[in-house]
Formats: sequence, C-alpha cells, structure tokens
Amino acid sequence: MPNKIMCRMGDGERVWLPAEQIKEDILRGTRDAAERAKIPELTEEECERLFDIMADPSKVVSVSPGEEVIVTDDAVSMLFYADQENSGQGIPMSRTQSLLAYERACAADTISMGHTDYSFKQVKPIINYETQEYYNASQMTTAPFFYGSQPNMGLYFQPDGPYPNPAELLPQGKISEALEAQEIAMEHLSADLIYIGKEMNGVGCEGLNFDTAASAGDADFKATLQAVEKLKALAPGMSIIVGMSSEFVMGMHGDITYKGKRLAGIYPHEQVKVVEEAGADIFGPAINVNTSESIPWNLARAVTFVKETVAVAGIPVHPNVGMGVCGVPMFEVPPVDAVTRASKSLVQIGKADGL
Amino acid sequence: MASAMGGIRTAGDLVAWMQMTRKMKIDEAKTYVADKLGVELIALTDEEIMRQVREDLDIGIITSVSGSAKGIAAKWKIAELLDIDINSVNHFRAKVGI
Repeated sequence: MPNKIMCRMGDGERVWLPAEQIKEDILRGTRDAAERAKIPELTEEECERLFDIMADPSKVVSVSPGEEVIVTDDAVSMLFYADQENSGQGIPMSRTQSLLAYERACAADTISMGHTDYSFKQVKPIINYETQEYYNASQMTTAPFFYGSQPNMGLYFQPDGPYPNPAELLPQGKISEALEAQEIAMEHLSADLIYIGKEMNGVGCEGLNFDTAASAGDADFKATLQAVEKLKALAPGMSIIVGMSSEFVMGMHGDITYKGKRLAGIYPHEQVKVVEEAGADIFGPAINVNTSESIPWNLARAVTFVKETVAVAGIPVHPNVGMGVCGVPMFEVPPVDAVTRASKSLVQIGKADGL
Repeated sequence: MASAMGGIRTAGDLVAWMQMTRKMKIDEAKTYVADKLGVELIALTDEEIMRQVREDLDIGIITSVSGSAKGIAAKWKIAELLDIDINSVNHFRAKVGI
C-alpha cells in the first residue's frame, strides 16, 4: 500500500489511509470534542505529534524512558479465570492466584479484584465472601490493591430491582413517576455503596474503585458522589477512584445537582471537578468511541477531552483505555498497535497521570 | 505495558501509593519517591537499578527470594519509607497491637 499508512477504524478493522486523510481526521476529531464540550482544540503542534504517533511504522509504540505513568485497572486479574463474557481466558486459577500472577508476572503498578458480576448491588448479599477474599489476598500482595465494582443503578429498576423502571415510565408520559423512581433508587444505591465501602474498609481495604459511574445517568452519578463523600469522611485511609462510563453524563433525570452543580450533560473537565469536590483521589474519564470513524479521529477527540481534564484537575487523571473508550477500538481483543498508540497519545499529548 | 511504570519490578507501586494517599499528580509523585529512594527520576523505571534498591531496602522484589519481605511485611516497610498511611498496614498493626 504505497503512500498509505496502516490504521484502524473504531471497530478495530485494519485500513490503509493516505496521510492527508489521517491529518484531516485528526482535525475533525479535535474540533468535534472542542465544540461539544466548549474546550480548546489541540494545537497545530499537538495535531502533528498525534499524526507522527499514528504514522509510526512500528507495530508497538511506547513513551520514552522517564515518561511512564501509573496503570490502574478494573479487576483485570479476573481475566485469567473468567470466561468470554468478561473477555477472560478461562484458566483454572483462584482469584488470589490471579492477583499474584497479575502483580508479579505482569508487573502491574496496581492490582484489583471484584465480584464476577462486577456490580455493587450483587456484592451486598455476599459481602462477607468478598471481604474475606480481599483480606486474605491483601496479606500477600505488595502493589496497591483495589476492590472494584460498578454502581450500576439500572439494577435497582424492575425487573432486576425493586423500583419502577424509568425507561418504561418515560415513554408512557409518566414523567413525575420516572423522576421519583430515580430519586428513590439513587438513595438506595448510595446507601449500598456506603455499606460495602465501610465493610471493605473494615478489613483494611487499600482502595475502592467506583467503576463505570453514571451508567444510568445523572442520578447514578450523584449516588456515587454522595457515597464518595461519606466514605472519605468515614474511612479517609481508603483511596477512592471514580471512573466514568461515558464522555458526558446522561440526563435521565435532568434536575439532579451535586453541591449546586447540575450533573446532566457535563463533560470530563467538569466531571473531574465534582469528583474532586466529593473527595475522590483519582478520576478516570471515559471518552466514547465511534466505530464508523477512524482511530485518528477517535483518538484526537479523546486526547482533546483528556488534555483539558488534566489541565483543570487537582487530582490524578487516569483515562480509561478499555475496549471502546479513549481511542481503543470497540473490539474484545483490541489490536496491540491501536492500544499502544492510544496509550502513548494520552500520556504524551493528553498529559495523563495514569491509565 | 506501553506506558506503565512496571509495578514491583521497578518503582511503579511506590509512585502509585503517592497518587492514592496524597492525590499527587504523576510528576510530583515520581519526584517524591525518587527523593525518598535517593535515586534520579529516570532510575524509577530502570530495572537494573531498582532491582538492587528494592532488595537493599527489603520492600518486595519481583523475583521470589525466600525470607525476603513481601506482602504485608513489604507494605509495612513501604509505608515507613514513604511516610504514608497504608490502610491494610494500619489494620495489621492494630491486630498485632503496635
């Protein structure tokens, strides 16, 4: 493919694009992010730097020595023993063995565990099993050790939970009922998050990861923020990460506020400020991937959002680089060329504190 | 792997503790750890240097050596080295009455 550069689409498909198109995609991507969030575009120099990373002929790219950052994760050690539903390899290993293998064989900066279902609601009835597993493992692990799970307020609505489902009420025009259901579920979720956090702190939990926050919208996000605030007061020695589910908070309710800030529709550079105000220690923005656009377009958007978020943040920012976020293709076996380009771009141009 | 510090293979865990316990951004966290270890910043991800530094300080190393500190013992020493509170270590201290 003379005069063309190997690249990827947002769904992972390999394509060969002319240099001019990659440059154009980078420009369109950064402009899209800037217009949506009303933040600065990448500079001409940064766009050129991003193009250089995209055009690097090496399959795997990396940062320079001294530029490395911290990597946190969402129970990656689970992948050793989990099945395809969790992108796992199905190796017959215990959770503790997986944690130690991840720490020592993969040389992870931090490690984490979580319940296979990975939602706090599912953890509550088995909290004793989880605290026991965490406690036993924490005596053997050396790297910082998180317990992670998702707030996932959707599980509190029928048929999975006790409250009427807003997604069914809204199309019926039952607006006030839909709002009320979310407000009740929000308080229930918040209480559960606090309960589980307190239990984990009781066994010396080093860190708690509220992963994929706001997946059910603004009420889900507020439940998380309330829990962070309460837990940092009750358990200041337990570090807290808040990782997001998408680049903006969906206004499923619309009128939810936290300390006077309306949560619906806020972007990462605004999300980090409320997360910071709640008392969290690390923030993880998640920038959506458009599978129909190229990785240069997607990555330019992600880097634009992340750069502004890091610039305004008073706490470390670790962009999420799982499948389908922050410039990583939406594919369960993400191509290593695309993953390393996302990693390098977010660190060198986005100035991320970690990933 | 493309951008990570290398965990207990180098000084990744130590820098991570500073982000977790003091909310330090990456450059501040690295500088703090390098000062505590008495090494140059660039050495924090240099396996050839950090392997010996970690062994000398007995704060946990990537290879298994019988009798060396690992797990909660290593974290106890890391908390003292970095002058930080580690929740699991404090819990352990309380259990043994120290």
